[in-house]
This record gives sequence, structure tokens and C-alpha cells, in this order.
Amino acid sequence: MSSQEEEATQEGQSDSDVDYDYLESLVSEHVTGRESHVNAEAFRIDAYSVQDVLSTLKEEAGFDHLSVVTAQEYEDRFESIYHLKKFDDPTQELSIVVPTPREEPVHQSAAPVFTTADWHEREAYDLVGIEYEGHPDLRRILLPETWQGHPLRLDYNQDKPQIVTFEQHENPLEESLRDMENEGDRDTMFLNVGPHHPATHGVLHVKTVLDGEQIADLDPDIGYLHRCEEQMCQNGTYRHQIMPYPDRWDYAPSGLANEWSYARAIEDLEGIEVPEYAQVIRTMGAEMTRIASHMLAVATFGLDIIGDFSAVFMYAMRDREIVQDLLEDLTGQRMMFNYFRVGGVVWDLPEPRDVYFDNIRDFLEDLPERIDEYHSLLTQNELFQMRTVDTGYISPEAAKDYGTTGPVLRASGVDYDLRRDDPYGYYDKLDWDVRTREEGDNLARLLVRMDEVEESAKIIEQCVDLLEDWPEDDREIQANVPRSLKPEPGAEIYRSVEAPKGELGIYMRSDGTDKPARFKIRGPSFNNLHALERMSEGELIPDLIATLGSLDIILAEVDR
Amino acid sequence: MTSNTPRDDIVESADPITDTQDARIGEGPDPRFNSKLREAFGSSPFVLTKLDQFMNWARGNSMFMLQFGIACCSIEMMHTYSVKHDLDRFHAGVPRASPRQADVMIVPGTIVSKFAPRMKRVYDQMPEPKFVVNMGNCSTSGGPFQGGYNVVKGAEEIIPVDIHVPGCPPRPEALVYGIAKLQERIANGESSPVTVKPYELEEFGDLERDEIVEKLSEDIDEESLVMRYNWADAP
Ligand code: SF4
Repeated sequence: MSSQEEEATQEGQSDSDVDYDYLESLVSEHVTGRESHVNAEAFRIDAYSVQDVLSTLKEEAGFDHLSVVTAQEYEDRFESIYHLKKFDDPTQELSIVVPTPREEPVHQSAAPVFTTADWHEREAYDLVGIEYEGHPDLRRILLPETWQGHPLRLDYNQDKPQIVTFEQHENPLEESLRDMENEGDRDTMFLNVGPHHPATHGVLHVKTVLDGEQIADLDPDIGYLHRCEEQMCQNGTYRHQIMPYPDRWDYAPSGLANEWSYARAIEDLEGIEVPEYAQVIRTMGAEMTRIASHMLAVATFGLDIIGDFSAVFMYAMRDREIVQDLLEDLTGQRMMFNYFRVGGVVWDLPEPRDVYFDNIRDFLEDLPERIDEYHSLLTQNELFQMRTVDTGYISPEAAKDYGTTGPVLRASGVDYDLRRDDPYGYYDKLDWDVRTREEGDNLARLLVRMDEVEESAKIIEQCVDLLEDWPEDDREIQANVPRSLKPEPGAEIYRSVEAPKGELGIYMRSDGTDKPARFKIRGPSFNNLHALERMSEGELIPDLIATLGSLDIILAEVDR
Repeated sequence: MTSNTPRDDIVESADPITDTQDARIGEGPDPRFNSKLREAFGSSPFVLTKLDQFMNWARGNSMFMLQFGIACCSIEMMHTYSVKHDLDRFHAGVPRASPRQADVMIVPGTIVSKFAPRMKRVYDQMPEPKFVVNMGNCSTSGGPFQGGYNVVKGAEEIIPVDIHVPGCPPRPEALVYGIAKLQERIANGESSPVTVKPYELEEFGDLERDEIVEKLSEDIDEESLVMRYNWADAP
């Protein structure tokens, strides 16, 4: 026991309480080796015991959160990594690595154990070309069906022509209905929602099958905004060229929170200590983007439910303009801030500082009144309540199983917030709460967002107080970072932050050059959207629109 | 008596028309009514112009925009429609959810291979005459994602474009300026020629039988419409 403890403490800060030897003993018959990633230990297992290993770890060790599945190609093999965490304590992490030979990249699917693996594995199949045995529905997810080749493979030829069809869609239930005995009693209608539709919040295509007004089957078809973000990051250098891309994942804008996810990953990978002053600025900026993002969610939710460009939309956009002005003063841009740097931020607060602080304070002072306005316009509106109360319900267990995070998860009563549970920045030194709701319906998700705006305001206020009194000669905004960053070859890390939409994680593997060999993004909206099928089961079609709005997805983050 | 014969019983009005105007406005000058134009024309002014010029002028001042969001730029586009910037004031702020009711398409964002045929369809569904404003670097050239394996190098690969507004994203003010420029052009009767044929989707059966076509020919019906991306030759 004592030797285990010694070893565990060597692993570093946050992982010290995970007893990896015990975990290994749980699944020892399947483990073929062990690796040390920067964030956690990893077990290498054989290709046909994925379900055994994951369900044992889930049932017996409490690793109930499959954050993301990363697939990648090496010179000599393919590999899928299942990043596991606990909802109770996300600092306890474990990676399961499944290597497969190059000639035959096939291994068992994890979808029966974690529903969220369904989409993640489809993506891995699409982009890297690993096949998952026992997967319920293995087909492309981001690229068109007719695409030739898997673009994140090493030998992929990007200049090859491609053909994309424009075919009609068939009713996916038709076949099973034809087999039914009482044929003719039921009739379904196929309805395309999107990809160009005002209520889909971007270019999302939802294939729905309706039985009357009721949803019989639903399949979100994504990939209409797949802009190769992972490839773009793999082609950029750590120090400067990657940072502009995070702004474009969740452009609501949650830009600073996105930048933080990358900054956190690379800083932990390289052991860079960010000065405290910069951390406070980062915290303040990230919370401003959270307010801006939630305002957009409220605005478009109002738009979805109440109607075309109506009062709620205009009110929320007005408040967003104010936050965007504050952010523009801070960063120089309205949306694509590019403000974080590896090891700090690019410049100090705008001068004159007291004017800037006054502007922030003015905004914060008006905020409670404005939130009241939203409540009287939206949540106290009886019609609005009829549309949102008890629609789009998801239970806490299902929400966990689908890997949802952020307000979607917290609205189902799961108290999970990385800002508190896996603290970074300055969050753990400030006084604020994680807000949850128990109802798990559309209204609860909206209310959680509105509650979070209040909490963000609290955080910003404390940051402003701190920054105001910060001694002038101690305002260090940037750590000492080498000109070009070249992490150890083979170093692997997964790090996540609490973005406005949920857990935004980055997996990186270094090959010793100044560019990552693999860069994987876990966009929270991807998982949240996956849960739509569960939320809409048996609901009416107008409720589908409300539910979709309550998820607050951003398609760039879904498709990346 | 034919109507060509001049009639003597029609004489000039004894009351100059400005009297009615004064009576209506009352005492004192009202700067809103007593414009130079009104002084010149009197109280019931008429203007002579050519119908098509008039139509262009009217068209430029009553634009119905398609409510069409693709990516980050569309957030700024929404801001352009809302409180602070209020595109409505520039006679161009009525977003229509259906392409059949719209005559301007703002293309706000990155176009990728899967979306391009859909965008083409939406454009085709708009009634003529129609105009396109390109918003942002992505729809001009692929923008920051130009090197991606899936990104179409600009909207002009698919539909004709009248105005490009650069920026990533362009600020709402920039978009307003771009639209004002488009209105100016429309009012002057200028627009990019709508050449439908080169942008048309092809039938799969009409494609040259290269390796990819051979490979897909079992899965795809000859008559399905397809879009072929020749990434190597894209700009
Ligand atoms: S131009 Fe910039 S802001 Fe606009 S869609 Fe492209 S990346 Fe987003």
C-alpha cells in the first residue's frame, strides 16, 4: 500500500487520490500495458474487451463520465482513447487506450456501455476510419455519405476530387412499418427540419418522422459546418498559430472560455505557471463571455418560442451589445478576441483603468433589473410556461449517460461544474455558487442559464475589486515562455474547462515538433445535441423546436 | 369637334396651388413640409421617370433579406438586425424565413462540402431578381479554414455574388455599409449577372467517368443531382 501511495504522489497534483493499481486489478485480465499521460494514467487493453473494461470501471469504480473518444493513427497502429472521469470528482481521471493493428483497425464498440460513445465512435470512424464492432449504427457523421477516404489519416490525399449528392430522403420507419401486421392503421410522415431553418440555430438538419404531431423517430444530421478545426490546429504551432481557432468553435461568443481550454492544456503540458494577475483577468473575461453567451441563448430561445425577432430577442441583444463593448475594450475585437496567450494574456486592461471599471460596474448594477425584465417577459408568461414546463425532459441518469454537461446537465439536478470541481484560474478563491435545478425540462435549462448570469456577475464584481487594488508594480500579464514550444515527444494530455455550454476539453499528443501530432476537441454541444433524441421521444413537433432551443447548441462546436 | 382642337374654357387656376398648401400647414414654416421639392412641385407633386428606373429605385429601398445563418458571421448579422445597428432604418431590415419571400441572401459563414448543395438550393428558390452579399472572409475565400479538406473556397464557387464584405467577422457597421452599397448599385440598375447554367448541379450520369465516379456508380442513381468538388483546382 505504501509503495502505491508513493507512486501516486509522484503522479502529480490532482491525481494523487486515484489508486491506479487497484483500478488495474479490477480489469487486470484485459490489460496489456500501462501508459502515463500527463493528466492521468492509461491502461492499454485488448480490442475485444472494451465493453467489459468500461462497464467494470463504470459500475465498480464509479467512472461514470465518458468525456470523449479520441481516435488517431500512428506509423504502426491505430488507437482509440476513452477518457473517463467521475461526475462526482472530475479530477479523478483514467484513460483506456485500445490499440489496433494498421491493417485491420477494428475493435469493440463502447456504445452499449455509454450511450455517448455512439456519436463519438461514428466521428472516429468518419475522420480516422477505425471500425467499431457492435456499434448500433456505424456510418459517417460529419462528412457526406459519399466521401472517399478518412481525412485525419496520415496518407489522406486532400486534393482528390469528391462528389456530394443531393438525394431525397426516405422515411426511415417505412420498412419497419411495412412489417407490422396492422398495416394501414398507422401512417407516418417524414419531415426535414433544416439545414436552413430559422429554429435550428445554424445549419443543422433534423430528420424527423412524425406520427400525427408526435415524433416517432428523430435523427440529427450534422456536419454542415465541419470546418476541419482539428486539422487546422494540427497544422498550427503551439505558441501562436492555434490560439485564433478556439474563438471560432463556440462563437456565441464564448471565445475566451474556449481559448482557456487550449491555454490550460498547453500550459499543463509544458508546466507553465500563469501569473496571478493574468489569471484574474482571464477569469473576469471568461465570465463576461459566459454572460454574452447565455444572453444569446435567452434571445434565441425567446425567438424560437414567442416568434419572429420579438421583444425578448431585442432586449437580450441590447444587453449583449453592452457586454460585447466591454469585451471589445478589453481585447480589441467584438467576437474573435484572440486575447489569451500561452502563459498569460496579450495585454493589460484598457487605460484609463478606472473608466473601464466604472463601465463594468454600471453594467453589473443594471443587470439585476434586466434579469427581472426577462423574468416578467419570459418565464412568468403563461403561454411560455405551457410550451416549456415538462417538455423536453431528461433524467439525471440519462443526461449523464449521454455525456451532457453545462446548463443542460445542471438543469437535471447533477451538480457538476469544472470551475468548482476541477478548479483553474482564480475561481476557487472567489465566492460564488454552482446553480442547479431539479426539473430537467426546457424551462429549467433556461432558468439555470439565467441563474448563472447572476453568478457570473458576482465573479466579475470580485475580479474588478481585486484588479482595482492590484499593486502597480505587480501587474504581470505573461509568464516566461520559450519562443517555440516543443513538448516531449509522446506526451499526451486531456484538459477541460467549463465553457458556457459545458465541458470543453482538448486532447493533445506531441511528437516532439512545435505542432501537435493530434489535436482533439471535445465540444460540449456535440454531446448535448446527441441527447436530443432522448428528450424528444414521444413529444410533439413544436416541442422539438423548444427543446432544441433550450439546448443552446452552436453548430461550429458540434461539427468543429 | 375632335379633341385636337384647343378648348378655350380651360383656364389656369385662379388660386395658385400653394394656397392649399398654406391652408393645410397653417402659420409659420414647417421645415418638414416646406422642402425644396414641395416648393418646386406644389402640394400634389408628380415625377416623370422611366418605369424600370423607378422599379430599381423602389427595389433598392425595400429589400427583403433571407434569414440565413451559417457560422460566426451570422451572429454579427443578427446584431446588424437588432437594436443598436438596426438595418431596418436602411430599408433593408425585414428578415424573411422563407427564400420564396426574400430577394437578398447574405452568406454569413463558412461553406463546407455538405452544405454547398443545400445553399445552392435555397438560392435557387429565391425569386428573381435576387442579390447576394458575401459576409466575411470564409464566404469570400474559405477564410481561416481555407486549408481544410472540407471547406469550399468561397461562395462564388456556387452562386454569383454582388458584394463582398471582408472581415472575420465584419462588424455590423461594415455589413450595413456593404448593404448600403448594394442598394446603391441596385438603384442604379447594376448587379452581377445571374448566370444560372454554370452553377447548376449536374446529374451523376453526366459526370466524366473518372475513378471516383466509377467507384460511386453502384451506390448512386444516374439521375441524382450531385455537386463535384475539384479541390485541386479550387482557387
Ligand atoms: S469569416 Fe471569420 S467570423 Fe466569419 S464565419 Fe468565417 S471564421 Fe467565422
